[in-house]
Amino acid sequence: MGANVIRDLLDQAFPGGEIAVEDRTGGGDHFQVTVVSERFNRLSLIEQHKLVNAALAAPLADGTIHELRIRTKGTA
Amino acid sequence: MSTLQEQIKQVIDTEPVAVFIKGTPEAPACGNSMRALQALWQAGAPIAAIDVLPDPRIRQELTALSEWPTIPQVFVKGELIGGADITEELNASGELRAKIDEALGAEHPQTVRTVELALD
Repeated sequence: MGANVIRDLLDQAFPGGEIAVEDRTGGGDHFQVTVVSERFNRLSLIEQHKLVNAALAAPLADGTIHELRIRTKGTA
Repeated sequence: MSTLQEQIKQVIDTEPVAVFIKGTPEAPACGNSMRALQALWQAGAPIAAIDVLPDPRIRQELTALSEWPTIPQVFVKGELIGGADITEELNASGELRAKIDEALGAEHPQTVRTVELALD
């Protein structure tokens, strides 16, 4: 359930982006997300990760996500 | 005594490399904290580590300051560079060592310290 919620949030935040969500432990709270989006073009890594954190602010705040690993890439 | 937020801000502003982790460098309590420490060590950083576990307010105040939701958080010369993923990526590409050498000079010592915050 957790992975689908996260994928939906990322789809909304990065329309047209390539998005992968992996439940690292099978427990539904440790996730690896990979996002390739044109929104990242010309942004520094930290700005890219901040956009992902912002998209997932709700599940990060309420504890749905216990651990989050992020990989981002622009399309340019 | 200064407030917790003032103490956190002071550590970030005065330590060349400050890393907020779960646990200590000797006994990291989280795999991601360990990943950040290892990347910093490989990049030759002088590490000042702050454990967020003794009081939940440390993490709350830190996140209010940094606008970064997760632990660990790595700061170089007062600037948030990221969490474990970015720190590892920057280490792998050599940018982390370059950033640290640029900030501190190539001859800086490599040390690991734990900074304790004064809690009421």
